[in-house]
Amino acid sequence: MNEHDTLGERLAQQGISRRAFLKFCTAVATMMALPPGAASAIAEALVKAMRPSVIWLSFQECTGCTESLTRSHTPTLENMIFDMISLDYHHTLQAASGFGAEKSREDAMKEFYGKYLLLVDGSIPMNDGGVYSTIAGRTNLDLLQEVAKGAAAIVAVGTCAAFGGIPNARPNPTGAVAVSDIITDKPIVNISGCPPIPVVITGVLAHYLTFGELPELDNLGRPKSFYGESIHDRCYRRPFYDQGKFAKSFDDEGARNGWCLFELGCKGPTTHNACATTKWNGGTSFPIESGHGCIGCSEPHFWDAGSFYSALSMPASPLELATDAAVVGAAVGVAVSVANRAKKDAAKSAHTTTTIADLEK
Amino acid sequence: MSLHNISIRVEAETGYSVGSLRALLAEIAAHLETLARDGASGSIDLNSLPFAPGEYEQLRQLLGQGEVSAHIEAIGPSEVIETRYPGVWWVTHYNVEGDIVADMLEITDIPAIIRSQPEDIAGGLELLRAQLNDEVQQ
Repeated sequence: MNEHDTLGERLAQQGISRRAFLKFCTAVATMMALPPGAASAIAEALVKAMRPSVIWLSFQECTGCTESLTRSHTPTLENMIFDMISLDYHHTLQAASGFGAEKSREDAMKEFYGKYLLLVDGSIPMNDGGVYSTIAGRTNLDLLQEVAKGAAAIVAVGTCAAFGGIPNARPNPTGAVAVSDIITDKPIVNISGCPPIPVVITGVLAHYLTFGELPELDNLGRPKSFYGESIHDRCYRRPFYDQGKFAKSFDDEGARNGWCLFELGCKGPTTHNACATTKWNGGTSFPIESGHGCIGCSEPHFWDAGSFYSALSMPASPLELATDAAVVGAAVGVAVSVANRAKKDAAKSAHTTTTIADLEK
Repeated sequence: MSLHNISIRVEAETGYSVGSLRALLAEIAAHLETLARDGASGSIDLNSLPFAPGEYEQLRQLLGQGEVSAHIEAIGPSEVIETRYPGVWWVTHYNVEGDIVADMLEITDIPAIIRSQPEDIAGGLELLRAQLNDEVQQ
């Protein structure tokens, strides 16, 4: 990578016209949720922008975040973003392996010390000396602390890196924690979601390139431009909530009429993300459009916040449930699950409809 | 394969409306009023609006097509269409795979993307001069 390469120079080398670049900047403005009129200001800043070095560390994760980004619906745009950054280490995407891979990370850290961006997906296990997840024989904790030292800023990609996510869910056997639980002396931006919306990832990178700083964040460290409003407030079914029209089961008339899914457990009112407007799969739809409530995957502890199918107005008290289960003991637990299975089998043979109560068993 | 190749057609009439189109039309009218009065342009990012199924198609029908349409080829196609309301332009940018990367209404006398850019004009002039020089030398 040539440090002195600006994006403008690179585009000129590739024979890309200023009009094409303006078009690209319009798309970037849309991506960053800025007014479309901001495109020319973005063009001016981006043309002079240097390509920052990016080190991407994957810890306790399922690679869904990387899949979300690399399989996003605007490959050309994402390719241009990859043109705008120098991705110097990403152990899933890079061609190098073994010692060569680790050397490229060390080289980038040395050359761009204090200037590189660190992207992290996955949580960090703390129990038993962090042995539950290691890369090149080193624990995630050790690696994170080393690489974070020279980073200009850290982007925690996905709910695991941002809040601990599913590895952090009870009983959390590995002692999984978020990046911000370990690193406290660097600017951190949380891009939560399981997985996060790909344009939110690229939007934050584009924002950093354009303005040389991280975007404005909410109280959980998430960019306000994407997480500023709740799913509920931006949902096209919101007018039905206001009118008191609710689907009561997944196959009743209300569900067929597209009424509000609040009573079926939709977590839209307490979830902040851009799904309702950005949507998924090339702007095709988002879960509520498919008739299922939001599960709240961009919020901390979403996995432990009660059933996905209980209305928010029902007290979840998940802690009490956990204590009860521990007190009654394993034998009773097994008996209950056997009884539940018997009930399910009976329902199956009687061809009855599966209810929400069944889903919660 | 692009998602746009899958032949799913969203029907404009869905049997219910949540009323966001009316609000959007009022916003367009407000922008148009500003344009007529002060000559100031405005734009609305359609990607950031929560459309109910079918509402996007209804908006297309409502705004219709006016006298001007332009096709631009710049890292993928772009469509610029003046709606039946002069001054209200529907600008859609696609990438080379045919996916929409930006979709907006511009309320202006002419969208900026249609204008020749100063940098491109300068580049074109250089190219033309080089060609003239070549001919003189021959």
